[in-house]
Amino acid sequence: MMKNKDDLISQDVFDHLVDLAAFKLADDEKDYLHEQMNHQLDAIRELEAIPLPEELPVTTHGVEYGKDGKPALRKDEWTACENTKEILSQAPDLEDNYIVVPDIPTTELE
Amino acid sequence: MMTDLSALSALELAELVRTHQVSAEEVLDANLARVEKVDGCPGALDADLSPEDANRVHAFITHTNDIARRQAREVDARIANGEAAGLLAGVPFTVKDIFCVRGTPSTAASRILENFVAPYTATPVARMNAAGGVMLGKVNLDEFTFGSSSESSAFQPSPRNPWDLSRVPGGSSGGSVAAVAAEEGALSLGTDTAGSIRQPAAFCGVVGMKPTYGRVSRYGLIAFGSSLDCPGPIARNVKDAALMLQVIAGADKADATTAVKPVPDYLQDIEKGVKGMRIGLSPDYFRITFPDPEGGEYVEQPLPQEISDAVYKAAEHYKAMGAEIIEDVPMPNTRFGIPVYFVISRVEAASNLHRFDGVKYGYRTKEAVRDLTEMYRHSRGEGFGLQPKLRILMGMYVSAAQYSEQYYQRALKVRTLIRCDFEQAFDPNGKYKLDALLTPTTPTPAFEMAAVYGDSVMMQYADQLTVPANHAGVPGISIPAGFSEDGLPIGIQLLGADFNEATLLRMARAYEMTTEQEDWRKKKPAILEGK
Repeated sequence: MMKNKDDLISQDVFDHLVDLAAFKLADDEKDYLHEQMNHQLDAIRELEAIPLPEELPVTTHGVEYGKDGKPALRKDEWTACENTKEILSQAPDLEDNYIVVPDIPTTELE
Repeated sequence: MMTDLSALSALELAELVRTHQVSAEEVLDANLARVEKVDGCPGALDADLSPEDANRVHAFITHTNDIARRQAREVDARIANGEAAGLLAGVPFTVKDIFCVRGTPSTAASRILENFVAPYTATPVARMNAAGGVMLGKVNLDEFTFGSSSESSAFQPSPRNPWDLSRVPGGSSGGSVAAVAAEEGALSLGTDTAGSIRQPAAFCGVVGMKPTYGRVSRYGLIAFGSSLDCPGPIARNVKDAALMLQVIAGADKADATTAVKPVPDYLQDIEKGVKGMRIGLSPDYFRITFPDPEGGEYVEQPLPQEISDAVYKAAEHYKAMGAEIIEDVPMPNTRFGIPVYFVISRVEAASNLHRFDGVKYGYRTKEAVRDLTEMYRHSRGEGFGLQPKLRILMGMYVSAAQYSEQYYQRALKVRTLIRCDFEQAFDPNGKYKLDALLTPTTPTPAFEMAAVYGDSVMMQYADQLTVPANHAGVPGISIPAGFSEDGLPIGIQLLGADFNEATLLRMARAYEMTTEQEDWRKKKPAILEGK
């Protein structure tokens, strides 16, 4: 089956996604990922052939809880965290309990 | 003759421990000795692999012997003091390393979490501990659960199938099922997003249950597909799976998606049989549809005879036990389960995985970087393996504003159709009135290591018969049902209506009881036979 070029994820779109996803990729990784994305898109396209009634609702999770099954939301209350040191100790770079990161790029607004 | 404590069931062990016949520490020692004998080195980053690795199971990433020793001693102390020791008194278990357990490395089998030590404990693990369970360690999986063979773990060697070490254990809960099959702990806590408990359970000849979405808390589970993820039990027999579900199920105020429905006693009626129950067979579960790897065109194939036969034979058993078998139940949207999953799970994965950026915890690049953006790119580029990257990129693509209607919104609607298939099958006032649908769990038995890995589409299609239950949210269980000609385990699956785990467990137990004396039940995994 010959694929229409327009049906594929173009190099530009792929590069844009990689940029948005914040990935630095090796060339062989790029080739594999781009090829696999197009491969998956082929599988996804099977959905296009399904006739869907206009009014068909979406399902965002499987189970309707009903009136009695849904838990109450927690109250928005402040509670003390007991192990802040343990959590902060996970940071790759910590100074005086501040997490240190490299310079944050900025753009001058006109 | 000395009883091999590692071979006993969770129910037997808890009873022996509670009645002072053995101590929790003795049970622990027996299981640690088994781990020592069969498991080999745990998975590690940048490991030097050796040909010898092919002779061991490699279920673990982290052994937690000190925690286990402390927990076992606490159980023994409780019993010595005459206190209640819990449903899992002294029962050794493992935890898929996608759950946070305080004070343990919680890696998701990914370099990006290599040094992350969880500051809190996932609810299902906490419940198992409170019930007297003894945690042997954290076990391996596909990176962030993204796979069906466990080979994508950044922690190598990846687990092997105890029945045939040249085969994969399945995935993503591959370490969990391999450990349980190799008698390294009686139970394991897994997760199932598209079949990640049931598919590997079938591959390794153990019992694996995906409960109803919302039945078991996801608090402390490192998220993949938040609308699909279900923690669940893995055990060597149905009663142990029921026992474990009993412990982990129920509302949790830390997870607002848990249902507040009461948890029934799963063991109470488990041996009451299937008389009068209605069990469906659907032709849509006896064929698979997948893109031809050569030409890309969709091909439809019947399942291998030995897989179908296992299901038909089970149906005969059920009929002989008094169940009514309803044939030709239409489940026409089954074939769309994987394409829908390719969209929904990727969108959810992309959303969930943006948090890993090298700032607050986890891996940060060692490269000298100009600024924060470059630090993100290096950290994420080096920290994530190929499968997470692929899911993130695909999720971003199909949910992008210009494609969302075409892909994501459409997939959510097809998900509704899949849900409708189940609603019609289980509707008590409908045409079929099923108590359960009986299906194969997987299209094939366990495949060879490296045979499918790398082809992300074909790997995904291993979940074709399990993923519809995740879309619909309904419960499912895979149980062993014999062996292929090659001596590999075959699993059958029972799917039920929302929150009807008790019915599925009862049916599964009935099958187990009626086949108890069959020869195939006497077989043990090759690794335990010293082969």
